Amino acid sequence: MSTASERAAATAGRGSPVAPEAPALSPRAATVRAFLALLERDAWVTFRRDLAAFLAQSLMQPLFFLFTFGRVLPEIGAAQGAYGKQLLPGILALTLVITALQNTSLPLVIEFSFTKEIEDRLLAPLPAALVGLEKIVFASLRATVAALLILPMAAVVLPGGVDLGSVSWLGFLALLVMGSLAGASLGMVLGTAVPPNRINVVFAVFLTPLIFTGATFYPWQALDGLRWFQVITLINPMTYVSEGMRSALTDGPTLATGWIALGIVAATVAFAALGLKGFLRRAVD
Amino acid sequence: MAIIEVDELRKRYGPSGPEAVSGVSFTVRRGEVFGLLGPNGAGKTTTIGALTTRVRPTSGRVAVDGIDVQRDPVAVKQRIAVVPQRPNLDRVLSALENLTFHAAYFGYSRGDRKRRALALLDEFGLAGREGDRVDNYSGGMAQRLMIARALMHRPHVLFLDEPTTGLDPQSRLFLWDQIERLRREGTTILLTTHDMAEADRLCDRIAIVDHGKRIALDTPAGLRDLLPGARGVELTVVHPSDPAPALAALGDVETSAQEAGRWHARLYGEVTPAQALAAVDRMGAEIVDLRRIEGTLEDVFVQLTGRDLR
Ligand SMILES: Nc1ncnc2c1ncn2[C@@H]1O[C@H](COP(=O)(O)OP(=O)(O)O)[C@@H](O)[C@H]1O
Ligand SMILES: [Mg+2]
Repeated sequence: MSTASERAAATAGRGSPVAPEAPALSPRAATVRAFLALLERDAWVTFRRDLAAFLAQSLMQPLFFLFTFGRVLPEIGAAQGAYGKQLLPGILALTLVITALQNTSLPLVIEFSFTKEIEDRLLAPLPAALVGLEKIVFASLRATVAALLILPMAAVVLPGGVDLGSVSWLGFLALLVMGSLAGASLGMVLGTAVPPNRINVVFAVFLTPLIFTGATFYPWQALDGLRWFQVITLINPMTYVSEGMRSALTDGPTLATGWIALGIVAATVAFAALGLKGFLRRAVD
Repeated sequence: MAIIEVDELRKRYGPSGPEAVSGVSFTVRRGEVFGLLGPNGAGKTTTIGALTTRVRPTSGRVAVDGIDVQRDPVAVKQRIAVVPQRPNLDRVLSALENLTFHAAYFGYSRGDRKRRALALLDEFGLAGREGDRVDNYSGGMAQRLMIARALMHRPHVLFLDEPTTGLDPQSRLFLWDQIERLRREGTTILLTTHDMAEADRLCDRIAIVDHGKRIALDTPAGLRDLLPGARGVELTVVHPSDPAPALAALGDVETSAQEAGRWHARLYGEVTPAQALAAVDRMGAEIVDLRRIEGTLEDVFVQLTGRDLR
């Protein structure tokens, strides 16, 4: 037995001899590195572990929406041939928002309750809120990839293909970023608001209305004759993403750009604040 | 110098719940192995949570390496590692990746991560299993992997929450060796347990907590002294009469007659076996058996915390 002071003097070889000394980083530098390392971990998992699952999870539903509404309905005469042109922006928005939402909320539920694996990340040298923010950022990246993959898929499935002639690329890019962030933030709200065993109920109650009231399958303007419903759809953040996509990809009439930007930004800020608050409540008892 | 300071820590989960920790204070010196002992629900995990940024204290102050945990959690996290009570390995990653990504969070370069991870896996008897998914690991292996992960970033302070609960004897001995090695290398360790033999063997000092309160704090030997009449000598002698008068000079004596002229005597106090033997010799008795009486830590624990089930 040695005394505490003798031991304190013998700090030379902490850990294994092959180990380099721990990087002496300032808390700020450590935070940046840790945040990037969390992204690296998620990227590794996405591309090395569950690429197929990720693609299936995010692309199956939009693929069948495109096929059924954009191809089958026009061919059997239940919709006009040009419908696909209106549908594509909506499906892009849907993929973006729903993928981001699911990729935030589902892992959160699992990692907080069943596997507890988030604990190791909460002990990484960065503020706990940034662990939550990383979840939002990465889910947004996944959603952006999924949305971009919709384009070649649509080119094959839709009878008229995809016409990128009149695309406003800057607007499209901004929508990819903001639309996915809005969806991911909403996912964080849903994923932290209820006990894990209730997430199925939340999805059943929120997801379906979100999909079908988001101006996904028709331009918002087309609801002029259904005024009460048109107003209700303005509560759904997806409406602004769909209309934004429509405005960036087509030259038909859409909600005014100012309203679109306001709707998306306001939703993102509100959901992110609420979601991160919920995340912290889970992360720190 | 204190590397861990806990000052009047209180924690209430939810506004109306009972207090999980109600006013606990202690300090841990640099390089010390400190044990937090207590029955289930005593508040051990909550105390560790407060020290490791995972629990927000209701009141009181906790600091690691002089840094207030509430004020600068990132700087605290840079210095500590935690092996939790329940497994929390990253289940989509392999064993090796669990270690390398952990090191990545702490800013290690790619080469360093891999080298250190392989060395630690080897040290913890997991060489050859580094590519396995951790789902396929046994409980003992998962525990060793979590400790290896904790050591990846060379923490100054290591928190082990019930590290040996549920381990087989081999894994437990292995862990004890590792803790002693880390202690020699200067790592400060705070561990919780309800295994008295473990606390006795590993800890420099022990705090016993119950119902969120610290009810004792001492070295293992000091704690054993808390038991009234816990020290002394127990002997069996052959003697024609009660040996009590002849032994009374050495301490408090209890005797009882047994068959065949034998007497059983318990001598309480600071009595050495040699003194007892000399006294037996002087009275002309024959010694049959002699044993040192030493309260176990278990006795102390039960004495302090009672026999109620938790
Ligand atoms: N997250 C929590 N929410 C509510 N109560 C909790 C929580 N964690 C612990 N408790 C309660 O606080 C008390 C102390 O628990 P804990 O610190 O885990 O004790 P120990 O680790 O000594 O077994 C227990 O009564 C436990 O039920
Ligand atoms: Mg506990």
